[in-house]
Amino acid sequence: MSELKVPTMAEMMASGQQPDVLFWVGCAGSFDDRAKKITRAFVKILNNVGVNFAVLGTEESCTGDPAKRAGNEFLFQMQAMGNIQVLNAYEVKSIVTTCPHCFNTLKNEYPELGGNYEVKHHSQFLQELINQGKLTVEGGVFKGKKITFHDPCYLGRANDVYEAPRNLIEKLDAELVEMKRCKSSGLCCGAGGAQMFKEAEKGNKEVNIERTEEALEIQPNIIATGCPFCMTMMTDGVKLKEKSTEVQVFDLAELIAQAKDL
Amino acid sequence: MEISSIIFIILLIVAGGLFAKNLNTIIRNIKLGRDLDRNDRKNERFSLMARVALGQSKMVVRPFAGFLHIIVYVGFIIINIEVLEIVLDGILGTHRLFAFMGGFYHFLIATFEGLALLVLVACVIFLVRRNVLRIKRFFGKEMTTWPKTDANLILITEILLMSAFLIMNAADAQLQVLGSEYYTNVGSFPISRQLMGAFAGMSESSLIVLERGAWWFHIIGIFAFLNYLPYSKHFHILLAFPNVFYAKLTPKGQLDNLASVKKEVEMMFDPSADPYAVPAEPEGEPQRFGAKDVTDLTWKQLMDAYTCTECGRCTDVCPANITGKALSPRKIMMDTRDRLEEVGKGIDKNGKGFNDNKSLLRDYISEEELLACTSCNACVQACPVNIDQLSIIVDLRRFLIMEESKAPAEWTGIFTNIENNGAPWQFAQADRLNWKNEQ
Ligand code: HEM
Ligand code: SF4
Ligand code: SF4
Repeated sequence: MSELKVPTMAEMMASGQQPDVLFWVGCAGSFDDRAKKITRAFVKILNNVGVNFAVLGTEESCTGDPAKRAGNEFLFQMQAMGNIQVLNAYEVKSIVTTCPHCFNTLKNEYPELGGNYEVKHHSQFLQELINQGKLTVEGGVFKGKKITFHDPCYLGRANDVYEAPRNLIEKLDAELVEMKRCKSSGLCCGAGGAQMFKEAEKGNKEVNIERTEEALEIQPNIIATGCPFCMTMMTDGVKLKEKSTEVQVFDLAELIAQAKDL
Repeated sequence: MEISSIIFIILLIVAGGLFAKNLNTIIRNIKLGRDLDRNDRKNERFSLMARVALGQSKMVVRPFAGFLHIIVYVGFIIINIEVLEIVLDGILGTHRLFAFMGGFYHFLIATFEGLALLVLVACVIFLVRRNVLRIKRFFGKEMTTWPKTDANLILITEILLMSAFLIMNAADAQLQVLGSEYYTNVGSFPISRQLMGAFAGMSESSLIVLERGAWWFHIIGIFAFLNYLPYSKHFHILLAFPNVFYAKLTPKGQLDNLASVKKEVEMMFDPSADPYAVPAEPEGEPQRFGAKDVTDLTWKQLMDAYTCTECGRCTDVCPANITGKALSPRKIMMDTRDRLEEVGKGIDKNGKGFNDNKSLLRDYISEEELLACTSCNACVQACPVNIDQLSIIVDLRRFLIMEESKAPAEWTGIFTNIENNGAPWQFAQADRLNWKNEQ
């Protein structure tokens, strides 16, 4: 396994360089064991293509999304101002992130607080690399596999990004199958709005089970998603339904990395 | 002037006056909300209104209900041309004032009759869907006796009005056949003609009573309906248009940044700020962080509440509600309207300073409901009149967390972690890049 090349903004700055794009890793991508694999897969693609990128590393901090959705606007704005100071000091212009929650917050909620960047979700970024001919993907291991895409709320409804993830899946020569509730009527995995971090309120079912059952109904080989939190929810759901051997849950970046045998 | 004209004019003035008064109260209530600028991007707003309200674009996501509604909606708007004639006849004491249009009048009446029949049938199907098929989204714990009765009353009234219109025309047609003095030949009456048979044996005088009776029933029914609107979910027929016009245009995922918080945070980040300076109080009452009661919400959120049609499309797609949680976005809107009505009545009685020690938070909407929301925006997406249910949930949460510090223990934990180590979990910020060297 070759070493990942992950320059930090500080290192870049010290050597007088400016990256083309900042990769915002996010808390889940930095600390959650499953999500770290997504981060590594995405970096492998960036390295493979030779994208001139950097990360903030230890200077990155939570965007404040969970605090804001929970109602703690104060903590959110403290986080946002802190991050904006760091980003502006490095003169960051363009950001890519593997987390739709970071994507939404950076893109939509930071500008009013003084942080103006061009922000892309990694599905959009990968799509662009393909369009520019920098990244080529052939089906390989996924040829003919049935893949369904679970729309993350903060990518889909929140920001109307539905096509980029699907285009990537189609590049894999896989059969894209849609769940009953998809795209703008996609069902939440249950993690958003800081639900990820607490027990659900009293009810008769967990949201992720409802969603997993819907996905399993169409008997896919793979459930694809583009969010580390959806990843947790769907993986747990598949485990609880005892389908882990038949159905795997992967992030889009992982699918591309695997198809390219990276 | 004939006595009937005088009675009609009095009725018209009373009905119009009452409606204006009701409308004023609702506008006053909506203005109890906080300021919010929604006068930007006018062109986009007009085209949104054209698509969503006029064009019913989100209604037809559910094709059958959408189709039926378009019939009722188009029928209503077009039949109003006939109502104009009826009102003018009433004032002037004329009969079928527009009949001078000749062939075009035949065409108009034929269209109105066709639409009336379609509206009638659509309303019967709506009733069946609610009461016989019992479609799930029309039920739920917030759909108590009154909202259910309201829905049925509207539909029954529509059916009665359309029936009166058709009976009136049928009697008229029969009178034309009899060559009755005032009832000049004015049209083919294609639909009501089918009813003529039932009236064939009636004398001219009883036919006139029937025709006049139906005429008065129809117009008095419309006046009554007009004044029922402000108390009903049916008020949407007016508010749907402005409500869509003033809807949020920014991406659904974007929540507003509280200005009051921004000021404080900027102070903390500004090294030149004088720490002992007394912060300049904004004019008027200091603003709360978040919302406890309806008056802490914006006027748009209050307009949303008055526009809600109680259709349940939002609750039907809400992941929390689907999985049996207490949260129902429709209930959030109905509670907001009910509470606003309560506050409005309180102000009418006791003046502006009125305080009943109640609030939207807790007296209407519980913490349990608020905490169950995943902020997924499914409700916002589903609403045919572009209501933003999530914004109210978030504003109430803000009050809960920032003013009352009532966060569930796990949330208090993530707040502490974010504050101390920049992540919701207890990992050191110094370890943020460790993934680079792991497998
Ligand atoms: C201006 C004339 C309008 C009339 C006469 C009208 C009439 C009605 C009637 C009779 C109902 C009751 C149906 C039932 O009980 O299920 C209804 C429901 C409803 N209307 Fe309207 N409406 C009008 C305008 C609009 C507009 C502009 C909108 C916005 C798109 C709208 C959205 C709705 C919705 C969402 C319902 C709930 C029922 C469902 O989901 O099917 N209406 N309307
Ligand atoms: S945003 Fe909240 S209330 Fe609306 S559908 Fe999603 S979970 Fe339900
Ligand atoms: S908020 Fe919108 S979707 Fe929900 S019940 Fe009211 S009108 Fe229907």
